[in-house]
Amino acid sequence: MHNKTIVELSRALAAGEFSSTELTTHFLQRIHSLDEQYNSFITVTEERALADATEADERIAQGKATALTGIPLAHKDIFCTQGIRTSAGSKMLDNFIAPYESTVTANFNAAGCVMLGKTNMDEFAMGSSNENSFYGPVSNPWDTKAIAGGSSGGSAAAVAARLTPAATGTDTGGSIRQPASHCGITGLKPTYGRVSRWGMIAYASSLDQAGPMARTAEDVALLLQAMAGMDPKDSTSVDRPVEDYSATLNESLQGLRVGLPAEFFAEGLDSDVEQCVSNAVSELEKLGATVKQISLPNSNLSVPSYYVIAPAEASSNLSRFDGARFGYRCDQPQDLEDLYKRSRGEGFGAEVKRRILVGTYALSAGYYDAYYIQAQKIRRLIKNDFINAFNDVDVIVGPTAPTPAFNLGEKADDPVAMYLSDIYTLSTNLAGLPGMSIPAGQVSGRPVGLQIIGNYFSEAKLLNIAHRFQQATDWHLKAPTDIGA
Amino acid sequence: MSFDRTDVERTAHLARLSINESDIENTTETLTHILQLVDQMQAVDTSGITPLAHPLEAVQRLRADQVTESDQRDAFQQIAPATENGLYLVPKVID
Repeated sequence: MHNKTIVELSRALAAGEFSSTELTTHFLQRIHSLDEQYNSFITVTEERALADATEADERIAQGKATALTGIPLAHKDIFCTQGIRTSAGSKMLDNFIAPYESTVTANFNAAGCVMLGKTNMDEFAMGSSNENSFYGPVSNPWDTKAIAGGSSGGSAAAVAARLTPAATGTDTGGSIRQPASHCGITGLKPTYGRVSRWGMIAYASSLDQAGPMARTAEDVALLLQAMAGMDPKDSTSVDRPVEDYSATLNESLQGLRVGLPAEFFAEGLDSDVEQCVSNAVSELEKLGATVKQISLPNSNLSVPSYYVIAPAEASSNLSRFDGARFGYRCDQPQDLEDLYKRSRGEGFGAEVKRRILVGTYALSAGYYDAYYIQAQKIRRLIKNDFINAFNDVDVIVGPTAPTPAFNLGEKADDPVAMYLSDIYTLSTNLAGLPGMSIPAGQVSGRPVGLQIIGNYFSEAKLLNIAHRFQQATDWHLKAPTDIGA
Repeated sequence: MSFDRTDVERTAHLARLSINESDIENTTETLTHILQLVDQMQAVDTSGITPLAHPLEAVQRLRADQVTESDQRDAFQQIAPATENGLYLVPKVID
């Protein structure tokens, strides 16, 4: 059962081959027997899952099922789930039982999905390796010595290890695409504003966007359909009709104009990864695409610009954690200032504190123009590069990450080296564009992802390209060897 | 641009963040490296460029000024570290 895609599971549930309860029990058993080696879940919500499954089975019996009714899902532990601990991977929220439900999880609940649990993540989504979690790092199912990627590392590993058919993620600088790439799965970061951020614990509000992670583009299309749409509760959610993402999956790629940005193939790109990407590009050409060299001249500035804007927004967003109203409180505070400082100092991990300090500094008097405003000006230059590029091409293609998954511990002590591993994904968030990562090869047994970046609201086109690619290749079907029968 | 001990202490105070004495040296060094990375921006001429705050340049959506949320104080205070009579308790501020 665990090797089936959502589309296949949905058909089997409808045909009565097995019930959602049987399916859910199967995945819960897999989590219990296998997840010790991956650490992909922070919380397994067994009782809730079985109750959801019972309800789904009734709904299926009544003929009121959607394509997602009875399908088990895992949610990144950044989405508030009412009555269930929502930790954001932080000691600060280790005791936080969310008093309300995020729009994304509410949408999946309404569709009749089953919640298996909450997945591990870098603390407050700050990280590229899932080593910054209060609950310990996530191991990559393809090679447990390797990182799963971050910050949605638990979601990616759980999907790759077939502990869940799919999971939700969030992407502020690559946090869906990079772990999807490293774990050999399919992930999509939608256009900024396409999916509601209500109830999603904020890291950097002008960059954060939720999206689906699954094994195939076809499944991702189904999931995005449930997630996307205008939400009055999120003032940045976009009021624009949601397309039927499954309807156009099979469209021909004849005449598709694909741009390869020179800057994504420059120094720093692993030559084996480059070979995988180039093979994937040849595959797209066989499917009818024409390829053109393009330039995104300011993309080298995405790292410095992002690492000012994101920490600046984070320092503001994370000021709500004050030890007074919810979350961690230090023991025996001497006075109010001590309460604030020690609750925050003890409740946040090292990387979160670093980013709060960088952000606070960048926003402080005397540095605001040189750092924050300059970063926002560069953000416009980066956006303009994309706008110019999309005059000539329909989509932009390149590597998702410069290397396959590196080893756990390899970059843990060097934040700057870690930041540079996001080099190909950050610019998409700065510009607010949609991007995908799909499996496109392997290097020494570790998966390599192909990144596809589209113009605003071109999610259907990205899914169409990904689906056609997956019809012609089998990288997305490959599974790690050690994940149980 | 380099970051010194005073910068770390001043910034940590602004952020109301305690830092262990033993971590200050390491924090200073790491933040210096991050700021050196970020300082690549300073070489770019951005005169005449308007800062971009929102990727789609959307403006704030307005809604009618009506009450939409009901009072959920009891639910929200269930997860508070300390409350009394519907109030959040913190150490005494004024003697």
